[in-house]
Amino acid sequence: SPQVHSLQELRRSASLATKVFVQRDYSDGTTCQFQTKFPPELESRIERQLFEETVKTLNGFYAEAEKIGGSSYLEGCLACATAYFIFLCMETHYEKVLKKISKYIQDQNEKIYAPRGLLLTDPLERGMRVIEISIYEDRCSSGSSSSGSSSSSSGGGGGGAGGR
Amino acid sequence: MTPGGGSGPMKDCEYSQISTHSSSSPMESPHKKKKSVPKRKWEVFPGRNKFFCNGRIMMARQTGVFYLTLVLILVTSGLFFAFDCPYLSEKITPAIPAIGGILFFFVMGTLLRTSFSDPGVLPRATPDEAADLERQIDIANGSSSGGYRPPPRTKEVIINGQTVKLKYCFTCKIFRPPRASHCSLCDNCVERFDHHCPWVGNCVGKRNYRFFYMFILSLSFLTVFIFAFVITHVILRSQQTGFLNALKDSPASVLEAVVCFFSVWSIVGLSGFHTYLISSNQTTNEDIKGSWSNKRGKENYNPYSYGNIFTNCCAALCGPLSPSLIDRRGFIQPDTPQLAGPSNGITMYGATQSQSNMAAATPLLQSEPSINSEELPLPGKTSISGPCATLTLGQPTPPSSMPNLTSDSGLTDIIPLKEEHEGHQFLTPEEAPSPPGMLPSGSPITHSHTMHVLSLASQDSLHEDSVRGLVKLSSV
Repeated sequence: SPQVHSLQELRRSASLATKVFVQRDYSDGTTCQFQTKFPPELESRIERQLFEETVKTLNGFYAEAEKIGGSSYLEGCLACATAYFIFLCMETHYEKVLKKISKYIQDQNEKIYAPRGLLLTDPLERGMRVIEISIYEDRCSSGSSSSGSSSSSSGGGGGGAGGR
Repeated sequence: MTPGGGSGPMKDCEYSQISTHSSSSPMESPHKKKKSVPKRKWEVFPGRNKFFCNGRIMMARQTGVFYLTLVLILVTSGLFFAFDCPYLSEKITPAIPAIGGILFFFVMGTLLRTSFSDPGVLPRATPDEAADLERQIDIANGSSSGGYRPPPRTKEVIINGQTVKLKYCFTCKIFRPPRASHCSLCDNCVERFDHHCPWVGNCVGKRNYRFFYMFILSLSFLTVFIFAFVITHVILRSQQTGFLNALKDSPASVLEAVVCFFSVWSIVGLSGFHTYLISSNQTTNEDIKGSWSNKRGKENYNPYSYGNIFTNCCAALCGPLSPSLIDRRGFIQPDTPQLAGPSNGITMYGATQSQSNMAAATPLLQSEPSINSEELPLPGKTSISGPCATLTLGQPTPPSSMPNLTSDSGLTDIIPLKEEHEGHQFLTPEEAPSPPGMLPSGSPITHSHTMHVLSLASQDSLHEDSVRGLVKLSSV
């Protein structure tokens, strides 16, 4: 059964084949929402509904985090009254939701994605621009690509800019 | 020195994912690591920023003017509390130093918060994400045969019925989200970029705009407050001992009055301007460019506005505070799994490659395509004349002295941004000189574009100096 993986096993035994990026949906403005369009690369890996449900849940979380209403006004006014010093010891509503999101993604990875050879990356780690989905392949099935994926020379042009 | 950026980044660490990040190094157990102290992300941060307190505090590279702001506020308020308050609290009411103290506390809190926090910097794309974008651009371009044709680096999205162009940032290798812009001084894309403010020594963007607004608002109250009570002090004293003796008795009051008199106009004008911006949910950047002005067409409207002034104000000042995206206190992961780019069918052909490398080496490049391609210089001038006019009206242009400096604060605040726009004008691809004889096979479009990049590379150092010069000029 080459397709069955646990999260740890996936990291150890499988090699990264490709990555799929789900882009942001800006139709309602700059609030954080992701496109629910199903990426064709995942066609053979995961059921459409499962994926869409994940993205919709994530969108729901972000909408909750960025909701403008009574509680956010209260938090904002309270913070303003203390000259924003309260943020030194208080967690914002947004940060609480982000923790929930991080937990949700981890949970989804373990239950749904890792067994199918996929891994979601928390959008927070990618600047909230994309949901990154890594697609893994078994090392035995594609022996040649394993050496390629471990080499870090791949994106030299892009990564090199950082070390300037 | 911690009050500024203390809380945010420390909490950010807790988000770090176990699932994906550590996935890279299953073989590498901790004892294998050669470095005893792992590096934090701020130490290799690609933008031109300064970090203090192990990454908790983040500022722009040039902070000279910020210290001037700090000194002016501290000295003026210090003199007020030391020399005027004892007299005033005795003669009128002890509430004066109390209210002054609260205002001063608020001003300092919001100033430090503005200066020390992350303005909303967007992290640059990972190599994989950049490669994926390149691939998408290629597909959209449909250039399988042409090879060297540079793809159009814009993407159109419809936001609340208004078409908005997203421009590709060659430095950050992303399509800039709506309202984001690249700050050429800090070399970062900043979300909801307002302007780069040398007076607070930081960019003003999504994450610190409310701090900035509360800073200038409270500072205008503090300035008016000090000014009013210094005058009161002098009048009360001169009733007792005569005007000249009053001045002789409290020379500090004279200095405070002069500083306040010259700074109050620009600060009040600036806070009025930003109140207008907040109520219409615009940024200084958009206002200067005239992005949503009616002059561009009757159909042009601001798609971000909530429709009424009250909601706009509440959303800007009391909306949810978005988190920092750069996790500057997080530790660098040894090696995240990377795709072997070329072997995976991700084509990065020559022109693009050289472009992106160039762009990485020439940090000023990226701000220019965003501005030149469609922005007209004219609306900027008309709109900037609004606040300027109100400022210059009441400003009696004194000789170059310290107080004069403060009086200009509001104006120079905006100037660097505007000057960048104008400074870049001559660098448009069309106008850039294209030496003959190179890349003969390329289409004319490629040609000028590549040349544009090349010529920019040589002009960059010169241009960078000129921008720096302008900023210095505006601050002195």
